[in-house]
Amino acid sequence: MADQMLDAKGLNCPLPILKAKKALKGMTAGQVLAIEATDPGSVADFAAFCSQTGNELLSQSSEGDVYKFEIKRS
Amino acid sequence: MLDTSDMDNAKSMSIIVTKGSLDWAYPPFILGTTAAAMDVDVTMFFTFYGLPLLKKELDLKFTPLGNAAMEMPMMGGHIAMPNIVGMLPGVGGMAGKMMKNLMKKKGVASIEDLREAAVESDVRIIACQMTLDLFEYDVNDMIDGVELGGAATYMETALKSDINLFI
Repeated sequence: MADQMLDAKGLNCPLPILKAKKALKGMTAGQVLAIEATDPGSVADFAAFCSQTGNELLSQSSEGDVYKFEIKRS
Repeated sequence: MLDTSDMDNAKSMSIIVTKGSLDWAYPPFILGTTAAAMDVDVTMFFTFYGLPLLKKELDLKFTPLGNAAMEMPMMGGHIAMPNIVGMLPGVGGMAGKMMKNLMKKKGVASIEDLREAAVESDVRIIACQMTLDLFEYDVNDMIDGVELGGAATYMETALKSDINLFI
């Protein structure tokens, strides 16, 4: 279960990443941020963001046009 | 709590920003803010036509003039913006409005928003002192937190950076 939810639907690159970073900054280590986005580029970008920052990408899925991510704060 | 050894290993990037039209303002601000979000230390050096991007009030223009490859999506297809259209008076302003509307519709951030994100994420912003003098800009008309510097200031940073871009 996510500790915080971020609605990034309708936002284009790089806003989903910038908003996710801002949300993660306000969370504590181990907490989970759930994100919903509609930008198809966010799939590759969240993977790259997590591998670079050390935050863990717990899951990635899609439902229709919505891409869902769960990121655990490092 | 603060692990300084980690900070010493932080990646760094510098960007020289030389162009201040609406379209050219995007690449440096998108890359700068995204890099900062990925824990990269970012320095942006604003010089020549890039310097006005630091003015408190922005009214960025866009012109299809000299951009032969430019196409705008229109009625399911694309329409080229030939140079002759760009030469008509008022077209620059109209193209700017069209571009801003298109960006809003597609959820693309405004330059103002990206610049604010850059400041918030501690991107180091340097205004070129020579350009300031040359074009008679007043540093008081620029956003807060701007540092003044020249080529040597940039070089000192660039020599230590993992990535250096000129845009």
